Amino acid sequence: MDLMKVVEKEFASGVEFPKFRAGDTVTVHYKIKEGNKERIQQYRGVVIQRSGAGMTATFTVRKMSGNIGVERIFPVTSPFIDKVEVNKYGKVRRARIFYLRNLTGKKARIKEKIF
Amino acid sequence: MQGLIGKKVGMTSVFNEDGKSIPCTVLEVGPCVVSQVKTVEKDGYSALQLSFDDKKEKASNKAEIGHFKQAGTGPKRKIAEFVGFEEGKYKRGDVITVDLFNDDTYLDVRGWTKGKGFQGVIKRHGFGGVGGTTHGQHNRLRAPGSMGASSWPSRVMPGMRMAGQKGGKQQETELMIVKIFPESNLLLVKGAVPGPKGGYVIITK
Repeated sequence: MDLMKVVEKEFASGVEFPKFRAGDTVTVHYKIKEGNKERIQQYRGVVIQRSGAGMTATFTVRKMSGNIGVERIFPVTSPFIDKVEVNKYGKVRRARIFYLRNLTGKKARIKEKIF
Repeated sequence: MQGLIGKKVGMTSVFNEDGKSIPCTVLEVGPCVVSQVKTVEKDGYSALQLSFDDKKEKASNKAEIGHFKQAGTGPKRKIAEFVGFEEGKYKRGDVITVDLFNDDTYLDVRGWTKGKGFQGVIKRHGFGGVGGTTHGQHNRLRAPGSMGASSWPSRVMPGMRMAGQKGGKQQETELMIVKIFPESNLLLVKGAVPGPKGGYVIITK
Protein backbone atom coordinates (compact mmCIF):
# COMPACT_ATOMS: atom_id res chain seq x y z
CA MET A 1 0.00 0.00 0.00
CA ASP A 2 3.01 2.30 0.26
CA LEU A 3 2.95 2.92 -3.46
CA MET A 4 -0.66 4.11 -3.23
CA LYS A 5 0.42 6.65 -0.64
CA VAL A 6 2.97 8.12 -3.07
CA VAL A 7 0.14 8.89 -5.46
CA GLU A 8 -2.17 10.18 -2.76
CA LYS A 9 0.49 12.52 -1.41
CA GLU A 10 1.02 14.01 -4.86
CA PHE A 11 -2.66 14.79 -5.38
CA ALA A 12 -3.52 15.85 -1.82
CA SER A 13 -5.61 19.03 -1.77
CA GLY A 14 -3.76 20.38 1.26
CA VAL A 15 -6.95 21.61 2.92
CA GLU A 16 -6.87 20.73 6.60
CA PHE A 17 -10.18 19.77 8.14
CA PRO A 18 -11.14 20.02 11.78
CA LYS A 19 -11.94 16.66 13.33
CA PHE A 20 -15.61 15.73 12.99
CA ARG A 21 -17.72 12.61 12.87
CA ALA A 22 -21.31 11.45 12.45
CA GLY A 23 -23.76 13.48 14.51
CA ASP A 24 -21.78 16.71 14.33
CA THR A 25 -23.24 19.82 12.74
CA VAL A 26 -20.91 21.33 10.17
CA THR A 27 -20.91 24.20 7.68
CA VAL A 28 -19.21 23.37 4.39
CA HIS A 29 -17.94 26.36 2.41
CA TYR A 30 -18.23 25.19 -1.16
CA LYS A 31 -16.86 27.04 -4.17
CA ILE A 32 -19.31 27.39 -7.04
CA LYS A 33 -18.30 28.49 -10.53
CA GLU A 34 -20.81 30.59 -12.46
CA GLY A 35 -19.32 31.49 -15.82
CA ASN A 36 -16.07 33.21 -14.91
CA LYS A 37 -17.16 34.20 -11.44
CA GLU A 38 -16.56 32.10 -8.39
CA ARG A 39 -18.58 32.42 -5.22
CA ILE A 40 -18.72 30.49 -1.99
CA GLN A 41 -21.89 28.75 -0.90
CA GLN A 42 -22.43 27.65 2.66
CA TYR A 43 -24.12 24.36 3.34
CA ARG A 44 -24.96 23.60 6.94
CA GLY A 45 -26.27 20.31 8.22
CA VAL A 46 -25.67 17.17 10.24
CA VAL A 47 -22.95 14.73 9.19
CA ILE A 48 -24.67 11.36 8.86
CA GLN A 49 -21.70 9.31 7.73
CA ARG A 50 -18.04 9.36 6.87
CA SER A 51 -16.95 6.71 4.42
CA GLY A 52 -13.92 5.56 2.50
CA ALA A 53 -10.26 6.20 3.13
CA GLY A 54 -7.44 8.17 1.56
CA MET A 55 -8.19 9.92 -1.72
CA THR A 56 -11.69 8.49 -2.06
CA ALA A 57 -12.98 9.40 1.41
CA THR A 58 -16.32 11.20 1.53
CA PHE A 59 -18.75 12.56 4.09
CA THR A 60 -22.51 13.02 3.81
CA VAL A 61 -24.23 16.09 5.20
CA ARG A 62 -28.00 16.11 5.72
CA LYS A 63 -30.09 19.20 6.23
CA MET A 64 -33.79 20.01 6.23
CA SER A 65 -34.61 22.45 3.48
CA GLY A 66 -38.07 23.54 4.50
CA ASN A 67 -39.88 20.24 4.81
CA ILE A 68 -37.66 18.25 2.53
CA GLY A 69 -34.51 16.49 3.63
CA VAL A 70 -31.46 17.18 1.46
CA GLU A 71 -28.31 15.11 1.53
CA ARG A 72 -25.05 16.04 -0.10
CA ILE A 73 -21.97 13.89 -0.42
CA PHE A 74 -18.66 15.74 -0.34
CA PRO A 75 -15.36 14.11 -1.32
CA VAL A 76 -12.82 15.01 1.35
CA THR A 77 -10.16 15.79 -1.27
CA SER A 78 -12.46 17.90 -3.46
CA PRO A 79 -10.74 21.07 -4.72
CA PHE A 80 -14.05 22.94 -4.40
CA ILE A 81 -14.20 22.75 -0.62
CA ASP A 82 -12.89 26.03 0.77
CA LYS A 83 -13.17 25.08 4.42
CA VAL A 84 -15.27 23.09 6.87
CA GLU A 85 -16.49 24.59 10.12
CA VAL A 86 -17.75 22.51 13.01
CA ASN A 87 -20.70 24.22 14.69
CA LYS A 88 -21.77 21.58 17.15
CA TYR A 89 -20.48 18.25 18.38
CA GLY A 90 -23.34 15.76 18.65
CA LYS A 91 -23.65 12.80 20.97
CA VAL A 92 -24.61 9.72 18.95
CA ARG A 93 -23.99 6.04 19.51
CA ARG A 94 -23.26 4.90 15.97
CA ALA A 95 -20.94 5.84 13.11
CA ARG A 96 -23.72 6.03 10.51
CA ILE A 97 -26.89 7.66 11.74
CA PHE A 98 -29.28 6.79 8.93
CA TYR A 99 -32.13 6.51 11.45
CA LEU A 100 -32.21 10.31 11.30
CA ARG A 101 -33.87 10.05 7.89
CA ASN A 102 -37.03 8.65 9.42
CA LEU A 103 -37.26 11.25 12.14
CA THR A 104 -38.67 14.75 11.92
CA GLY A 105 -39.38 17.65 14.23
CA LYS A 106 -38.42 17.31 17.87
CA LYS A 107 -37.38 13.68 17.49
CA ALA A 108 -34.70 14.59 14.95
CA ARG A 109 -32.71 16.56 17.49
CA ILE A 110 -29.27 15.37 18.50
CA LYS A 111 -27.96 15.90 22.00
CA GLU A 112 -24.89 18.07 22.18
CA LYS A 113 -21.70 16.50 23.43
CA ILE A 114 -20.29 18.23 26.48
CA PHE A 115 -16.59 17.77 26.99
CA MET B 1 5.51 -2.44 -30.02
CA GLN B 2 7.78 -0.82 -27.50
CA GLY B 3 6.70 -1.49 -23.98
CA LEU B 4 7.41 -2.51 -20.43
CA ILE B 5 6.23 -5.01 -17.84
CA GLY B 6 4.31 -3.74 -14.82
CA LYS B 7 2.21 -4.73 -11.87
CA LYS B 8 -1.20 -3.49 -10.80
CA VAL B 9 -1.03 -1.72 -7.44
CA GLY B 10 -4.63 -0.62 -7.00
CA MET B 11 -7.25 1.93 -7.89
CA THR B 12 -7.96 5.42 -6.61
CA SER B 13 -9.42 8.65 -7.91
CA VAL B 14 -7.86 12.06 -8.37
CA PHE B 15 -9.20 15.50 -9.23
CA ASN B 16 -8.00 17.15 -12.43
CA GLU B 17 -7.61 20.89 -13.13
CA ASP B 18 -11.31 21.26 -13.95
CA GLY B 19 -12.21 19.77 -10.59
CA LYS B 20 -13.51 16.56 -12.12
CA SER B 21 -12.88 13.29 -10.34
CA ILE B 22 -11.05 10.78 -12.53
CA PRO B 23 -10.96 7.08 -11.69
CA CYS B 24 -7.35 5.95 -11.90
CA THR B 25 -5.30 2.79 -11.72
CA VAL B 26 -1.85 2.86 -10.17
CA LEU B 27 0.69 0.66 -11.97
CA GLU B 28 4.21 -0.14 -10.85
CA VAL B 29 6.14 -0.16 -14.11
CA GLY B 30 9.70 -1.34 -14.36
CA PRO B 31 12.58 -0.89 -14.01
CA CYS B 32 12.89 -3.69 -16.57
CA VAL B 33 16.21 -5.34 -17.30
CA VAL B 34 17.08 -6.40 -20.85
CA SER B 35 17.79 -10.07 -20.23
CA GLN B 36 18.30 -11.04 -23.87
CA VAL B 37 18.62 -9.33 -27.25
CA LYS B 38 17.24 -11.38 -30.14
CA THR B 39 18.64 -10.64 -33.57
CA VAL B 40 17.67 -11.58 -37.09
CA GLU B 41 20.99 -13.35 -37.72
CA LYS B 42 20.77 -15.55 -34.65
CA ASP B 43 17.09 -15.97 -33.86
CA GLY B 44 15.39 -15.13 -37.14
CA TYR B 45 13.67 -12.04 -35.76
CA SER B 46 14.56 -8.95 -33.80
CA ALA B 47 13.20 -8.44 -30.29
CA LEU B 48 14.09 -7.49 -26.74
CA GLN B 49 13.45 -9.81 -23.84
CA LEU B 50 12.63 -7.75 -20.74
CA SER B 51 12.37 -9.03 -17.19
CA PHE B 52 10.71 -7.54 -14.13
CA ASP B 53 10.16 -8.17 -10.42
CA ASP B 54 12.91 -9.72 -8.29
CA LYS B 55 12.69 -13.33 -7.25
CA LYS B 56 14.68 -15.18 -4.61
CA GLU B 57 17.55 -17.28 -5.85
CA LYS B 58 16.24 -20.06 -3.63
CA ALA B 59 13.05 -20.13 -5.69
CA SER B 60 14.82 -20.27 -9.06
CA ASN B 61 16.46 -23.10 -10.90
CA LYS B 62 20.01 -23.07 -12.22
CA ALA B 63 18.93 -22.37 -15.78
CA GLU B 64 17.13 -19.20 -14.70
CA ILE B 65 19.98 -18.01 -12.51
CA GLY B 66 22.44 -18.61 -15.35
CA HIS B 67 20.28 -16.81 -17.86
CA PHE B 68 19.97 -13.71 -15.70
CA LYS B 69 23.63 -13.84 -14.71
CA GLN B 70 24.50 -13.08 -18.32
CA ALA B 71 22.52 -9.86 -17.98
CA GLY B 72 24.22 -9.10 -14.67
CA THR B 73 21.10 -9.27 -12.50
CA GLY B 74 19.39 -11.67 -10.13
CA PRO B 75 16.49 -13.87 -11.24
CA LYS B 76 13.19 -12.20 -12.12
CA ARG B 77 9.61 -13.36 -11.92
CA LYS B 78 8.17 -12.08 -15.17
CA ILE B 79 9.70 -12.20 -18.63
CA ALA B 80 8.20 -10.81 -21.81
CA GLU B 81 9.39 -10.16 -25.32
CA PHE B 82 8.89 -6.88 -27.14
CA VAL B 83 9.44 -6.19 -30.80
CA GLY B 84 9.77 -2.65 -32.13
CA PHE B 85 12.61 -1.38 -30.00
CA GLU B 86 15.31 0.30 -32.03
CA GLU B 87 17.93 -2.25 -33.00
CA GLY B 88 21.31 -1.80 -31.34
CA LYS B 89 20.03 0.83 -28.93
CA TYR B 90 19.83 -1.53 -25.96
CA LYS B 91 22.22 -4.27 -25.01
CA ARG B 92 21.92 -7.11 -22.52
CA GLY B 93 21.89 -5.83 -18.94
CA ASP B 94 20.47 -2.37 -19.75
CA VAL B 95 17.68 -1.05 -17.56
CA ILE B 96 14.58 0.56 -19.10
CA THR B 97 12.42 2.66 -16.81
CA VAL B 98 8.97 4.22 -16.99
CA ASP B 99 10.55 7.29 -18.66
CA LEU B 100 10.02 5.39 -21.92
CA PHE B 101 6.42 6.68 -21.91
CA ASN B 102 7.27 10.35 -21.27
CA ASP B 103 6.10 11.53 -24.71
CA ASP B 104 2.93 9.44 -24.89
CA THR B 105 -0.70 10.23 -24.13
CA TYR B 106 -2.32 6.84 -24.64
CA LEU B 107 -1.01 3.38 -23.82
CA ASP B 108 -2.21 -0.15 -24.39
CA VAL B 109 -2.38 -2.09 -21.14
CA ARG B 110 -2.74 -5.85 -21.37
CA GLY B 111 -3.57 -7.93 -18.33
CA TRP B 112 -4.84 -11.35 -17.34
CA THR B 113 -8.45 -11.06 -16.21
CA LYS B 114 -9.73 -12.61 -13.01
CA GLY B 115 -11.01 -16.13 -13.61
CA LYS B 116 -14.74 -16.49 -13.03
CA GLY B 117 -15.08 -20.20 -13.85
CA PHE B 118 -17.83 -21.76 -15.97
CA GLN B 119 -20.58 -19.17 -16.22
CA GLY B 120 -23.96 -19.03 -17.90
CA VAL B 121 -24.93 -16.70 -20.73
CA ILE B 122 -26.35 -13.99 -18.47
CA LYS B 123 -23.09 -13.33 -16.65
CA ARG B 124 -20.82 -14.24 -19.58
CA HIS B 125 -22.52 -12.43 -22.46
CA GLY B 126 -25.01 -10.14 -20.76
CA PHE B 127 -28.14 -11.97 -21.98
CA GLY B 128 -31.41 -10.77 -20.52
CA GLY B 129 -32.76 -14.13 -19.44
CA VAL B 130 -36.37 -15.17 -19.75
CA GLY B 131 -38.83 -12.34 -19.26
CA GLY B 132 -41.03 -13.13 -16.30
CA THR B 133 -41.10 -15.38 -13.30
CA THR B 134 -44.87 -15.80 -13.42
CA HIS B 135 -47.38 -17.23 -15.98
CA GLY B 136 -46.33 -20.80 -15.27
CA GLN B 137 -42.62 -20.19 -15.82
CA HIS B 138 -40.76 -22.38 -13.38
CA ASN B 139 -37.19 -23.37 -14.29
CA ARG B 140 -35.88 -21.55 -17.40
CA LEU B 141 -35.19 -18.15 -15.88
CA ARG B 142 -31.51 -17.88 -16.87
CA ALA B 143 -31.64 -20.02 -20.03
CA PRO B 144 -30.18 -18.75 -23.35
CA GLY B 145 -33.44 -19.17 -25.30
CA SER B 146 -33.54 -20.04 -28.98
CA MET B 147 -30.31 -21.05 -30.72
CA GLY B 148 -31.47 -20.50 -34.25
CA ALA B 149 -33.95 -21.51 -36.96
CA SER B 150 -35.35 -24.98 -37.72
CA SER B 151 -35.00 -27.19 -40.81
CA TRP B 152 -32.69 -24.62 -42.31
CA PRO B 153 -29.89 -24.68 -41.26
CA SER B 154 -30.58 -27.75 -39.09
CA ARG B 155 -27.53 -26.88 -37.06
CA VAL B 156 -26.25 -24.24 -34.67
CA MET B 157 -24.36 -21.45 -36.40
CA PRO B 158 -20.67 -21.16 -35.49
CA GLY B 159 -19.89 -18.45 -32.95
CA MET B 160 -23.23 -18.80 -31.14
CA ARG B 161 -22.74 -17.34 -27.69
CA MET B 162 -23.16 -20.00 -25.03
CA ALA B 163 -22.17 -20.78 -21.45
CA GLY B 164 -18.51 -21.47 -20.76
CA GLN B 165 -15.32 -20.26 -19.13
CA LYS B 166 -15.39 -16.57 -18.23
CA GLY B 167 -12.25 -14.65 -17.37
CA GLY B 168 -8.73 -15.93 -16.86
CA LYS B 169 -7.64 -14.80 -20.29
CA GLN B 170 -5.71 -11.88 -21.68
CA GLN B 171 -7.45 -8.62 -22.34
CA GLU B 172 -6.15 -5.30 -23.61
CA THR B 173 -7.44 -1.78 -23.06
CA GLU B 174 -6.31 1.59 -24.32
CA LEU B 175 -5.89 4.04 -21.45
CA MET B 176 -4.82 7.65 -21.04
CA ILE B 177 -1.78 8.56 -18.95
CA VAL B 178 -2.66 10.84 -16.03
CA LYS B 179 0.77 11.14 -14.47
CA ILE B 180 4.17 9.47 -14.38
CA PHE B 181 6.21 9.18 -11.18
CA PRO B 182 9.78 8.48 -12.36
CA GLU B 183 11.35 8.29 -8.87
CA SER B 184 8.99 5.63 -7.58
CA ASN B 185 8.48 3.88 -10.98
CA LEU B 186 4.75 4.50 -10.91
CA LEU B 187 2.32 5.15 -13.72
CA LEU B 188 -1.15 6.57 -13.21
CA VAL B 189 -3.66 5.75 -15.96
CA LYS B 190 -7.28 6.71 -16.33
CA GLY B 191 -9.69 3.82 -16.02
CA ALA B 192 -9.60 0.20 -14.99
CA VAL B 193 -6.98 -2.40 -15.88
CA PRO B 194 -7.81 -6.12 -16.26
CA GLY B 195 -6.69 -8.41 -13.49
CA PRO B 196 -6.30 -8.48 -9.73
CA LYS B 197 -4.10 -6.26 -7.56
CA GLY B 198 -0.55 -7.53 -7.84
CA GLY B 199 -1.28 -9.01 -11.27
CA TYR B 200 1.21 -8.50 -14.07
CA VAL B 201 0.42 -6.21 -16.98
CA ILE B 202 2.15 -5.59 -20.29
CA ILE B 203 2.19 -1.93 -21.24
CA THR B 204 2.90 -1.00 -24.85
CA LYS B 205 2.78 2.30 -26.70
